[in-house]
Amino acid sequence: MQLTVTNSPFNEAQTEKINQILPTLTPEQKIWLSGYLAANQQSVSESVFDTPSPEVAEYLMNTENPSKTREVTILFGSETGNAQSLAELMEGRLKENDFTVKSSALDDFKPKDLKKAEDLLIISATHGEGEPPENAVSFYEFLHSRKAPKLDDLRFSVLALGDQSYEHFCQTGKDFDNRLDELGGQRISPRADCDLDFDEPADEWMNGVLNAISTPSDEHGTAVKEPEHSHADNQSVYSRTNPYRAEILENINLNGRGSNKEVRHIELSLEEFGQTFEPGDCLGVYPENNSSLVNQLIGMLNWNPESKVKINSRGDSLTLSEALTSHFEITKLTKPLITKAAEIFGNNALKEKVDEEGWIQNYIEGRDLIDLLNDFPASDLQPEALVQILRKLPAREYSIASSYEANPEEVHLTISTVRYNAHNRDRSGVCSVQFAEHLEPGDTVPVYLKRNPNFKFPLDEDTPVIMIGPGTGVAPFRSYLEERDELGLEGQTWLFFGEQHFTTDFLYQTEWQSLLKDGVLSRLDLAFSRDSDEKIYVHHLIEQNSKDFYQWLNDGAVLYVCGDEKRMAKDVHQVIRKVLEKEGGMDENAAENYLTQMKKEKRYQRDVY
Amino acid sequence: MTENNNKQLSEKLDEMERIKGESNYLRGTITEGLSDAVTGAISEEDTKILKFHGSYQQDDRDLRDERRRQKLEPAYSFMIRVKVPGGTVTPDQWQAMDDIADEYANGTLKLTTRQAFQFHGILKRNLKHSMQNINNAVMDSLAACGDVNRNVMCNPNAYQSKVQQEVNTFADEISDHLTPRTGAYHEIWLDEEKIHDTRDEEEVEPVYGKTYLPRKFKIGIAVPPSNDIDVYSQDLGFIAIIEAGQLTGFNISIGGGMGMTHGNTDTYPQVGRVIGYCPKNSVKEVAEKIVTIQRDYGNRTDRKKARFKYTVDAKGVDWIRAELNSRLGWELNDAKEFQFDHNGDRYGWTKGSGRWHFTLFIQNGRIKNTANYQLKTALREIAGIHTGDFRLTPNQNLIIANVTAQKKKQIQEIIDEYGITDGENYSGLRRNSMACVAFPTCGLAMAESERYLPSLINKIEEILDEAGINEEEITIRMSGCPNGCSRPALAEIAFIGKAPGKYNMYLGGGFKGDRLNKLYKENIGEAEILESLHPILLQYGKEKFEGEHFGDFVIRAGIVEAVHSGQYFHN
Repeated sequence: MQLTVTNSPFNEAQTEKINQILPTLTPEQKIWLSGYLAANQQSVSESVFDTPSPEVAEYLMNTENPSKTREVTILFGSETGNAQSLAELMEGRLKENDFTVKSSALDDFKPKDLKKAEDLLIISATHGEGEPPENAVSFYEFLHSRKAPKLDDLRFSVLALGDQSYEHFCQTGKDFDNRLDELGGQRISPRADCDLDFDEPADEWMNGVLNAISTPSDEHGTAVKEPEHSHADNQSVYSRTNPYRAEILENINLNGRGSNKEVRHIELSLEEFGQTFEPGDCLGVYPENNSSLVNQLIGMLNWNPESKVKINSRGDSLTLSEALTSHFEITKLTKPLITKAAEIFGNNALKEKVDEEGWIQNYIEGRDLIDLLNDFPASDLQPEALVQILRKLPAREYSIASSYEANPEEVHLTISTVRYNAHNRDRSGVCSVQFAEHLEPGDTVPVYLKRNPNFKFPLDEDTPVIMIGPGTGVAPFRSYLEERDELGLEGQTWLFFGEQHFTTDFLYQTEWQSLLKDGVLSRLDLAFSRDSDEKIYVHHLIEQNSKDFYQWLNDGAVLYVCGDEKRMAKDVHQVIRKVLEKEGGMDENAAENYLTQMKKEKRYQRDVY
Repeated sequence: MTENNNKQLSEKLDEMERIKGESNYLRGTITEGLSDAVTGAISEEDTKILKFHGSYQQDDRDLRDERRRQKLEPAYSFMIRVKVPGGTVTPDQWQAMDDIADEYANGTLKLTTRQAFQFHGILKRNLKHSMQNINNAVMDSLAACGDVNRNVMCNPNAYQSKVQQEVNTFADEISDHLTPRTGAYHEIWLDEEKIHDTRDEEEVEPVYGKTYLPRKFKIGIAVPPSNDIDVYSQDLGFIAIIEAGQLTGFNISIGGGMGMTHGNTDTYPQVGRVIGYCPKNSVKEVAEKIVTIQRDYGNRTDRKKARFKYTVDAKGVDWIRAELNSRLGWELNDAKEFQFDHNGDRYGWTKGSGRWHFTLFIQNGRIKNTANYQLKTALREIAGIHTGDFRLTPNQNLIIANVTAQKKKQIQEIIDEYGITDGENYSGLRRNSMACVAFPTCGLAMAESERYLPSLINKIEEILDEAGINEEEITIRMSGCPNGCSRPALAEIAFIGKAPGKYNMYLGGGFKGDRLNKLYKENIGEAEILESLHPILLQYGKEKFEGEHFGDFVIRAGIVEAVHSGQYFHN
């Protein structure tokens, strides 16, 4: 591009010099230069605006593009990595449009810098009962504390991620949005609340933000650029929205006869996939609804399974049977679904109920669409109307249980089969039971890779590693140890595993045995809760081995916890605190601070669910 | 040590000899293995030492393949064999065994062909508890397996007057005398203090030494006219000699044994040979000296040829007798007259010594409850009121012995209530049937045995009915492998497993347990078994002489040749 006095803020002499030197620069030099200038943006822009040269003043008047000199800060609060990957996407799109961007996790952002922030974008998931994700907690607390500064100069927008089936849907995002408003910030564009199927609404939010902070096009300006990877091109890059159909190579029940459990070991082929993954990463799987449920649903409404229904705003259509099998969620109810159902079912009882305080939240617990239609029969309900209130069948994400280094063309999953009875009906986990009962080697399933930047393992020989993974929580540790084995790494590794019964539930038993024999795994402690009169869990083992455990931490061990959050991860956390108190002579506060510091240093990572 | 052992040092000793020698008198690393939570097994070498403690590591062979695919190790469990010299236990002991079966084992009890109890399916973490509970019942499993003297068998028929009681005390004495002296059992299982033993070999194990015997050693005492203990199958058999109603001493039979190896004709079952008579009070001394002869001269380079029978056949009966006389310092008398009639059990109520005795038929020795047959519960109830004792018979049956006239009625009521049976309604064939455990737990099994024989008998019974010989007493025995735990080589009809569903069929054993049988058909399945037996049984029905046993008939009819010594078994 040839700079002239009219298309740049430079004078004749400057444009000449720049035009002289630009063609001689290598791409690396150009990148360095842009970074150098961007880093000095603050002083540059100050000097520019304090005493603009006539040329600059003229250019600014002509283009009216002051926003490009403002810095955009993207902060994410990510539990499973979705918010982080959206933040990365947003960062890329902003940079393509020549914005200066800083991006980090909410907790990695220094609260005192908040006052200096100009355009702030927060992308945050919500965790559990409306709580902020782990890497957003301290920022969240700061923002809601009395120490939070006035933010009159701040412009902001929030993208909230959540799951409609939870009562406190997108709560953390809502909280950030309200609080920034209270503190005086101006909304760049309205907050977007995304359900599990977040791709489209997140895309819309990004466009909204970009359009709002960019100058409307005039003769000098340019329109907002489309994202690099639009739907149309690059079909070979597999992603959440363009999943890869992976062939099932193995589908094994890991539990021996007589077990109360059924955990499946699934091996999938990634032959044509073309992406690598690391221990800790996840694989998303798009499941299908059980055909007997679909048939039951269509049967009770007396509809034609072959009739066509529209499945999205683009106007794509499927047969009713296909749509309910592979496109829409029918096994969970959400608040908006019930509210909308009350409008279209023509059922007075339902209409009355939805107005009752707390009724919906209570009702949707453990019930599905069939229950709703049984309890509140609909009159004159049309297929089109019903599917419009259903949300898209969400993918299930599983911690990968294999190592790319060891098996580059495969990915292994460890999936616990979910079966239970609720409200007098037997219920099944959509994805897990599909694997347990309907999928065989040779079948294919749509999958995508989901990185987990918050669960990363060291690949050196000096860092001791403690892994706590009862049940299917052991999956990422299988991946990690397989990788260490493949790379021939020596060093200290300690695994805690637990399940119900030694004889039937010791997942991957023979593999651990050979890893122990080969020294890839240095130590394995086991808790089989139902083999003894007193129930023993992994946290009891940590307590029993507190001396060694503390020694390992002192030696710089990195600590990983994977699996059940509500009980296991909580108990483990508490017991580690106790170990620090007992063996390290800390009081409760010091112990908790020690753990917080470990988290900050990424020495205490959790993948809990 | 001895000249013979020194000679063997130049040959390559069997690996097992090294393991025994290095085990520190049967300790090995069993304690460490028990505390390894990552596996339900113990180390392979320890499994060999564990046998001396009366326990075998096994796994459910039905599940082996399935579990391998599931990335699970085999479903390891342990069998414990409880020594019961002469098969006599009190009602309290019965209840203790019943409890252990439910609490730690698979809910069943097996009465073995050597009058012992066996528990199956005990998990490693319960092994010690089980051992302790056995000890609390004043019983133990030390030397119930392994290269030592095993459970001493003895005729259990209490109705045969006080001679039987006296014989049983000799069985106890021999058993005690030949039990290993090592403290390993008490240290490992009963938490007794470990003592660093600096004594030399002769002090720690005066009879055995640190490498014990080359192979297992079996002793049994028969009381004529019953040869229920199959005295000729024992390494060392004693035959009670009763003169004028008094026990005076024992004839001594040496070098019997059942085991052989398929495809190795240097191995064979053998019947014992009577070498003389000893007065009753020297029986312990005789047993000890014979054991030491086997200790010093048995084959320690080839375990397949290490049983005493091969030592006897290699050295010759006369040499053994001379060596024994020399070790005793006195000479055996000539053998005395005796007469055996049978080797089976007599079922139902009998009276003797002023008490009642009820012999119960127990299919293959398995005490368990099924939907239609609550045998285990019934026996537990009987044990609850019984004031006499229980006798495990060498044919895997059970005698409720020494019942008072007063208790007889109560016990009969329980028998009636549960419909437990003396086998009266069964065919003579079934009443004289015996099978080893085999699949799924026995690591040696090549074919089914206990789980299969009952249904095979169903089908043979149809032939018996056709031949009109349903009541005829015929011994039939099945073993899942050629080691021969059910003593198949002495049965009139026998099956030894070759492969799943395939058996070698043998005919012509002596009804009194005094003659080996002969291979009739090799490697055949059920259809061929029935097809082969059909004409022979029909012929027997038509042509048999009064009182002629089936085993004798097949020889007279020229169907098989008689085998009087194992050395001609394969001819």
